[in-house]
Amino acid sequence: MTNLASGVRLDACGKTFDDGTQALEPIDLEIAAGETVVLLGPSGCGKTTTLRIIAGLEQPDAGGRVWFGAEDVTALPIERRNVGMVFQSYALFPNMSVAGNIGYGLKVRRVEAAARSREVLRLLDMMHLSGMGERRVDQLSGGQRQRVALARALAVRPRVLLLDEPLTALDAKLRESLRIDIDRLLRTLGMTAVYVTHDQAEAMALGDRIAVMSHGRIAQIGTPQDIYYRPATEFVADFIGTMNRLPGQCHDGVLRVAGGSLPLPADGHGADHAMFRPQDGQIVAPGQGDLAGRIAAVFFLGNATRIIVELDDVQSVVVETGERRAFREGDRVGVRVDPGGIMTLRR
Amino acid sequence: MHRGNTRLLLLALPAVVVFAAFWLLPMARLVQVGASGPRGIAAYAAVVTDSNYFASLVATVAVSFAVTVATLVVSAIAGLFLQRNAFPGRGVLVAMLTFPLAFPGVVVGFMVIMLAGRQGLIGNVTDALFGYPVVFAYSMAGLFVGYLYFSIPRVILTVMAAVGKLDPALEEAARSLGATPWQVVRDVVIPGLRPALIASGAICFATSMGAFGTAFTLATNINVLPITIYTEFTNYANFSLAAALSLVLGLITWAALAFARSLAGSTVAAAA
Repeated sequence: MTNLASGVRLDACGKTFDDGTQALEPIDLEIAAGETVVLLGPSGCGKTTTLRIIAGLEQPDAGGRVWFGAEDVTALPIERRNVGMVFQSYALFPNMSVAGNIGYGLKVRRVEAAARSREVLRLLDMMHLSGMGERRVDQLSGGQRQRVALARALAVRPRVLLLDEPLTALDAKLRESLRIDIDRLLRTLGMTAVYVTHDQAEAMALGDRIAVMSHGRIAQIGTPQDIYYRPATEFVADFIGTMNRLPGQCHDGVLRVAGGSLPLPADGHGADHAMFRPQDGQIVAPGQGDLAGRIAAVFFLGNATRIIVELDDVQSVVVETGERRAFREGDRVGVRVDPGGIMTLRR
Repeated sequence: MHRGNTRLLLLALPAVVVFAAFWLLPMARLVQVGASGPRGIAAYAAVVTDSNYFASLVATVAVSFAVTVATLVVSAIAGLFLQRNAFPGRGVLVAMLTFPLAFPGVVVGFMVIMLAGRQGLIGNVTDALFGYPVVFAYSMAGLFVGYLYFSIPRVILTVMAAVGKLDPALEEAARSLGATPWQVVRDVVIPGLRPALIASGAICFATSMGAFGTAFTLATNINVLPITIYTEFTNYANFSLAAALSLVLGLITWAALAFARSLAGSTVAAAA
């Protein structure tokens, strides 16, 4: 398959709807050719609006420009942008067979029937749907339907693949396996892809980079590791995974917090808080470790045990451990925090 | 088990009595009367063999079919527009469009005469412009306009409801694949509206086949089956032929409805 993927650039693309609500503040976003960027955020954060601006389904406010490679496509309607779209609702045409759906984009491009059916067979095979070409759409499972939708989007060799919560309608097991398939496809085909989701696990697994969005703005954009270990704002820190955040006073690079003190990283001296992930904490004997407290609750999760430790009446921290020990509510314990896992917000 | 059946029978009894008294017995009587004339059972064939009645049947089917097609085209476009676009006065416009539903056929006929009759608006305007009035109220064309007038509201409402249920992502998907607006309408919108169009088209056809008031108001000699039945019955006291024609009219309309239902049934999956 020839690679026609092009990079995408948004220049100051904002969106104000007719009723005056501003869904998106003017944002800049650059996506390299072949890169997968995940737009992650809660509902109403502007991620779907951003995707629709790239697709050409929404026009950015005056002044905003959309570039595919070196071409300004701002004025082009979606049907002339050559993008592939995958929707949460699958959006398969119910009046066409599986093969009819996959071949639709080639049909409107007037590709002759023989070449079209060859291409459809190739895509069916690639999506593990061999032999299902003549089926009706309503005879397929949810996972199969989304594979057909992917094949249909890929058939037109899009410059950019746009996926709008493609796994949200599926159950957990199926979501995992289809996510792996999508990941493999994006890598092997070298597709430029923009993937919208509210599921952080999906974002972590799929994104070369993640743009965390909130209230119509990009709160932070970076690799999954960046986002997870170096969150730029309180919102990002809280939205991705669980984060312990303790306020305190800094003295000589050490933060005094409820129940003890934590060494701050070199770039965080002077901060008024410290943060760490639950897996960077460890339950130790009382009197040892960095923090002292009392076990308030224990949840066995299977692959780990999640322990909530009260430091005082207000502050508590969450610790996750894979240890096969029995933890009892009410026990006094110490918490040791891996110094490498302690972070502060950038200012 | 047995007691349960008895109770069910008792519960169903009122419905059975009503069905027998107001459907079964009159129908049986109609069939009997139809075959009781000088022609005997051949009265039923008269609608085909007698050129007068056959012409009447063809005219009725033709005008009903034309009304159905015109109504579907007008209402599908208007319904799509009304459901998809928000503009000031939209609610008032929709309410006004449904107003004709409240009129009996006589009033609709009266309105057609005021529009296209001898003293009608179209007549006055064309008289002023070309020197001769265009009058078509008292013909099949007038009947067509009248039927169109009371058919459009029903179909528009059905189409609007169906458009509201179309998944907008389907059209967006088609566009993303390169489909032009016309291809989107042909490949996505019309197939999506198909069940609603078939169902409301069938109702529209059935209503036009049996409508009497409008035709009777426009002219007593318009050659459609309901008028023919009326004339045979009241003017010539030809009960048997009127009964036979009634049954034929009923059968054709019923068959059209059943055919439409079978078509719509095969597309039910489209809504999934």
